[in-house]
Order: sequence, then structure tokens, then C-alpha cells
Amino acid sequence: MIAPELIEVVKPGLSTTVQDAGRTGYYHLGIPPSGALDQYSLRAANLLVGNPAGAAVLEAVYMGPELAFAADAVVAVTGAAMVPKVNGAEQPIWESFPVSAGDVLSFAYLTAGARAYIAVSGGIDVPEVLGSRSTYALGALGGFSGRPLAAGDRLPVGAAPPASPGRSVPADLRPNLAKDVEVRVVMGLYDHRLTAAGRATFLDTTWDLTPVADRIGFRYAGPELETVPREPPFGAGQDPSNIVDAPYPIGSIQVPGSVEPIILHRDAVSGGGYMMIATVLSGDLDVVAQSAPKTRTRFVEVDLDGALAARADHRKRTRRLAEALAG
Amino acid sequence: MTRHEVVSPIPGVFYRKPDPDSDVFAKEGQTVGAEDTVCLVEVMKSFHQVPAGAAGTVVEFLVENEDVVDAGQPVAVIEAG
Repeated sequence: MIAPELIEVVKPGLSTTVQDAGRTGYYHLGIPPSGALDQYSLRAANLLVGNPAGAAVLEAVYMGPELAFAADAVVAVTGAAMVPKVNGAEQPIWESFPVSAGDVLSFAYLTAGARAYIAVSGGIDVPEVLGSRSTYALGALGGFSGRPLAAGDRLPVGAAPPASPGRSVPADLRPNLAKDVEVRVVMGLYDHRLTAAGRATFLDTTWDLTPVADRIGFRYAGPELETVPREPPFGAGQDPSNIVDAPYPIGSIQVPGSVEPIILHRDAVSGGGYMMIATVLSGDLDVVAQSAPKTRTRFVEVDLDGALAARADHRKRTRRLAEALAG
Repeated sequence: MTRHEVVSPIPGVFYRKPDPDSDVFAKEGQTVGAEDTVCLVEVMKSFHQVPAGAAGTVVEFLVENEDVVDAGQPVAVIEAG
């Protein structure tokens, strides 16, 4: 059965892509997980409209799209503070609302965060590629024709489960979107390339997110990190930040040329020759995802036990979200 | 005459010129049409044109070239009409 094309893209926004929980199991072949950069907001948006938590939604970065609906639907917008409007009338965020056939959904300017998630009851029903509907634009894979949305695109929507407008995420389960954020990291695997001073610079600096940040990587401006002098090992480049090529974990922080650390996010390349001095806790990748240019960021070191405790907390919060929106 | 603020719809780096060797898109005192580009904002490695949004005379720019602006931030003032 072919899903009806219920949504027409009038204006695509800046870069709006179809994303779900991600494409796992192919990173070793160079295909990254992709999926919503802020997985918590993805889950919230879906649960608000009665979808499975990992269903496909639209991720809109910095600027919302304009969408015309050809049928009735229930919609929810989570993530960044970007107020949705139905035929110009403002709607709540973190709350489901009805949209009728013929309505146009548009958005006000972004006021906090970076990425809004737009869930539609039934989910965006593009074909699965390697088990996921997520867009990996760099590889022209998945999503809507492997690319961000363009004006005139018509999006298929799946059969809608019963959904009720007016469902709301409780205030204590909504993230706090700030211009000053802390991102927890586990140091390693190549932090031995830094001197004690270089390591202290990394952890003591308030870094500014640069405007080049995208789904592949988030680059931060700040001081140079001091490295330990060495003879490059066989296979590594001459620059002190070069290593013998290694796999890059999602969330790893590399520092090419010892300046401007880059956090790799869910569209990352899978390997290369830059030292990775730390890795962001998986739950805190949601915080990174909601960082807009100029977001001041501190990297806070935790040990492995601290990271596991944070993961347990994150899972508890995700369960509370599911319980709050159940039924 | 009404005061019209040109707003950047996106966050990013604000530029008054199309490239470093060219003249600015619009000078203070210059007359512009509503569709005329008055600046660029660069984000995620691509440039986006920001139109005046109203026909009139450019009164002033509110941010410096290469400053990082927020979404919704006024970047210039136009006396419309």
C-alpha cells in the first residue's frame, strides 16, 4: 500500500530532514547512524502524537519549514523554541495540536535551542533504507530522496494511530535550553597527546560554538591546546594532532591542528587521523544538538562510573517521559 | 515614513558584502527595493541572502560586518515609504 501524500512542502526552511531513531549497525562500513540529533525531543514529539517513540519526524534546524496539510492530522513540535503556527495562529510547543485538511503549518523565529522536531500522527512514511527512514544527506541515503526537503516535495504519512490533541510534556520533563551549557565527557582515547596544561586548557575554557556546526560535527572556537612533542609513529601525519588512522566514535571530540575541537555527531565520518581527546556522554549529545552558534560550552570530565550513572539517569528520565505520555 | 527593521531569520555570521573584494550590498542613505539583498548570513557553511523586506532608504546597520547574529535579531533599519 502506498501511503497518501498528506503534506506538501511550501517552504523547506534552512535544512529540514526526515529523521528517526537512527540507522544502527553500518558505521563500520562508513555509514553513520544519522537520526534525530536530539533523540529525547524525537521521542517526546512522537509520543505526543501517539506514534512509536522512534518513528520518523521532521528535524528543522534554525528555521522552520512551511507545510500544507491535505488531510486532518495531530501534530507536535518539540526541541528548539520555535513557535508553530496553524494558518498564522500560534500553537503550543511540547504539546499536541490538531491540524485540518487545507491548513498551513509555519513557524516563528527560533528563540532558544537549535533544532525543532515536528511529529505528525502516523509518522513520515518514506521508505526504509538499511532499516531506517533517517536522512544521511552527505551519502544521499534515506529520508526523502536522500536530501533535505525542497519546495514542492510531497511527504507520505503513515496510517495514523488514534491520537489526541492537547497532550502535553510536563514542565519538569522539558529540557532547559540555555546559551551556557555543560557537556559531560569521558577523557580519552588520545588525551595522552595533550600536556597537563593542554588538558587543563580544554577543561577550563568556555568554548564558543561556531556557525559552521552541522549534523556531521560541531566545531568550537577557543585557545590552542598544548601537545606533547613526539616523533610521529609510522602511519601518522607530521602535525602533533595526527594519529595513526582510527575509528571515530559518535560523540568523540577531535582537535585537528590542536585548535578548535570538533564534536562528531550522528552524521559523522567513521574514521581518520586526528587525535580524539574525549567522548561526549551519549545523553549529552542532545544538549549539543540544541546548541546554536555562540552557545558557550564547558566540557566537564566524568569518569566511567560517572558516565554509567548519567546513562542510568538519562534512561530513567526517558522512561518517565514515556509514562507521562502513555495511554 | 515608517521605520522597518531588517531581521536575520537565522543565526550565523553577518556579512555586508557578497565577497571580500566587492562593494557592500547597501550603504547608509541608499534607496533599496523590498526584494533587494542587504546582507548575507552564513551558517552551516552556506550563505543566505537577507532581503530588505520593505522598499525605502537604508538608515543604519545595527551589527558589524562578520559579527555572529541570532535568529530574529534586527540587523539594519530602513525608512520605508
